[in-house]
Amino acid sequence: MSKYKVNLKINNIAVSVDEGTTILDAARQLNFKIPTLCHHDDLCVAGNCRVCVVEQKGARLLPAACATPVSEGMEIQTNSLKVRQARKHIVELLLSEHNADCTKCFKSGYCELQDMSNDYRIGDHVFLDLVKEKDKQPDISSPSIEKDDSKCIRCQRCVRTCTSLQYVSALAVTHKGNNMRISTFMDKPMNDVVCTNCGQCINRCPTAALTERNYIDEVFDAIYDPKKFVVVQTAPATRVAIGEEFGMEPGTRVTGKMVAALRRLGFDKVLDTDFTADLTIMEEGTELLTRLKEALVDGKEVALPMLTSCSPGWIKFQEHMFPDLLANLSTCKSPQQMFGPLAKTYYAEKVNKNPAEMVVVSIMPCTAKKFEAERPEMRGSGYKDVDYVLTTRELGRMIHQAGIDFEKLEDEKYDTILGESTGAAVIFGATGGVMEAALRTAYEIVTGREVPFANLNIKPIRGMEGVKEASVKIKDVKPEWSFLEGVELNVAIAHGLANAKILMDKIRAGEANHHFIEIMACPSGCIGGGGQPMPTNMEIRKKRAAGIYEEDEAMVIRKSHENPEVAEIYKSFLHEPLGHRSHDLLHTHYYPRKRH
Amino acid sequence: MSKVKELVKEQADKLGRQRTSLMPILQAVVSAEHYISEEAMEAIAEELDLSTADVFGTASFYTFLDTVPRGKYIIRVCKTITCHMKGKDEIIRTIEGMLKIKLGETTTDKRFSLLQANCLGWCHKGPVMLINDEVYPEVTPEKVTEIINQYLKKG
Repeated sequence: MSKYKVNLKINNIAVSVDEGTTILDAARQLNFKIPTLCHHDDLCVAGNCRVCVVEQKGARLLPAACATPVSEGMEIQTNSLKVRQARKHIVELLLSEHNADCTKCFKSGYCELQDMSNDYRIGDHVFLDLVKEKDKQPDISSPSIEKDDSKCIRCQRCVRTCTSLQYVSALAVTHKGNNMRISTFMDKPMNDVVCTNCGQCINRCPTAALTERNYIDEVFDAIYDPKKFVVVQTAPATRVAIGEEFGMEPGTRVTGKMVAALRRLGFDKVLDTDFTADLTIMEEGTELLTRLKEALVDGKEVALPMLTSCSPGWIKFQEHMFPDLLANLSTCKSPQQMFGPLAKTYYAEKVNKNPAEMVVVSIMPCTAKKFEAERPEMRGSGYKDVDYVLTTRELGRMIHQAGIDFEKLEDEKYDTILGESTGAAVIFGATGGVMEAALRTAYEIVTGREVPFANLNIKPIRGMEGVKEASVKIKDVKPEWSFLEGVELNVAIAHGLANAKILMDKIRAGEANHHFIEIMACPSGCIGGGGQPMPTNMEIRKKRAAGIYEEDEAMVIRKSHENPEVAEIYKSFLHEPLGHRSHDLLHTHYYPRKRH
Repeated sequence: MSKVKELVKEQADKLGRQRTSLMPILQAVVSAEHYISEEAMEAIAEELDLSTADVFGTASFYTFLDTVPRGKYIIRVCKTITCHMKGKDEIIRTIEGMLKIKLGETTTDKRFSLLQANCLGWCHKGPVMLINDEVYPEVTPEKVTEIINQYLKKG
């Protein structure tokens, strides 16, 4: 940012801001809230919705505050009569094309257009109602994302998200004039295009034009079916975000309350995806060490760097964009999909239940997990491994519906078997966490010592930088790992698919010297997932990440290989990482998909 | 490699693979094929490393970049006020009668498509009609019959 200061007045109050600051940000510095719809802190300027118009002394037209940089001597009114009138008309125009079925809308209470209309008490339909005339039907082709153009205000936040944050561009602005819409290639259904189901567009949609497909009623039906034994698993990132659905601060750790709420909702057993996150570390860590051994000792052609496979949005992105590098992907299923088949085999046997009568529900910060659960290869148990996937938001809605006072709940603990976890598992929720968990275990297996970082916190790979790189020198190894003596293990981490592409281009060009790379589809990792509470911005995501690391430090056990339930499952069921049963239940394969 | 893929590649080689080549390539495809097929858009996206949605977004914005199959001769009658007042409806009815198609349709032999256009900038000489790149000002039902007959003879 430039050093030059610009002096201006907003609502008669003088302020001095950096050159290049927008009127919107200058007003924020004075705590004046100018309403916005197309503006989003994570995205570039669009300036198309016009609700942020302000009055500038001496100017004939009302400039958009989000798109206009300040200038010396500017005098701005953010709430003059002219501004109020214009803003009302703009919202009325938006409403004339918006299907305002607020009483049944999934987004009601979270809708920015609804908030704004409520603020100004708008709804007189002064303009011709175009909703019926256009008669747009929702696209429910995707198991993850529902796209309802009748609610779209064409602010293009989704287009900017899909393009600049995710490098996918499944959505674009198409056609023109009154036919202009946000659409896919040839107006195809969402399930037939390059969409990765990451749901980042949902997180940023100001209305309900983009929402997750919700399965709340199906899950309640299963809970109330006396023949069904319903178990639920909760992903790491949900426990630092679900509180936001009840007005709590982002990053508040509410693991115990969430467990209590799930029990009150009627789930028969409350279990933890963190358990299978620990298991992922055992399988993926072993896979990495095996690949390294094959490369360094046996001199085999092995696909390196190995890429993590926990993020189903990332998996589909790679299948579309980098099908030539699928061999680099770890064959490990994601923790959600490791949980499913284990619940319906190992766990069913332990608790003496018929897997045919079991229903496995996941609570995920993610919309791509809904798609992942539907993949035909995810039937390792002989049944559909994971029956329903709910987002953090959907769980919030269920708790509201059930009339549970979330904040007042006493903490409860997860049920046993598939319920025990470690600090290493919980950090899966933040970017860099899978890598950190893997290093904590792999380093110790190879050297017999803890990773050489204070209090196990591998700080260099934490934080919100788009691409992170680090090296760990491996020294004084155990005799069986002598081939790793002196090896500099190079790792990299990317979050957000646009950042993933930067790394993948390097690998494709043969310019990457990494051994192991963690990639998460969503900005900031799962804590910023497409199924997390709204709104989202960097500040909120940082708070959630802080919550994740606090949760880790509060755990008694912080290394995956020390999880006693993990030790037990290898002793009595799986026998060894990458063993026969693991291969059948915990590993998968990938398919190349069309880029265009 | 299909004909349209070859064309796109040839154009990309000539114009370069930057985003600014998108419009001229789309125009080249329309000149050669009368419309931009799904296959053509996929080929363009691949050559220029763009998303297909992005290519479709651009193509669907412009009236003269058709994304549905059109005939060899695309007839566009100006639909704006001046031409409307000077009798463009009668012109359209005459053409519909001659070619046995309705507005927006293409003849079964894929030779003629009949469309309306926004202002062509010939208000002083309306009603005006465009056949591919050829302008026909001050048309009357009689003149139009003559013009279309010439095209019919051309094959």
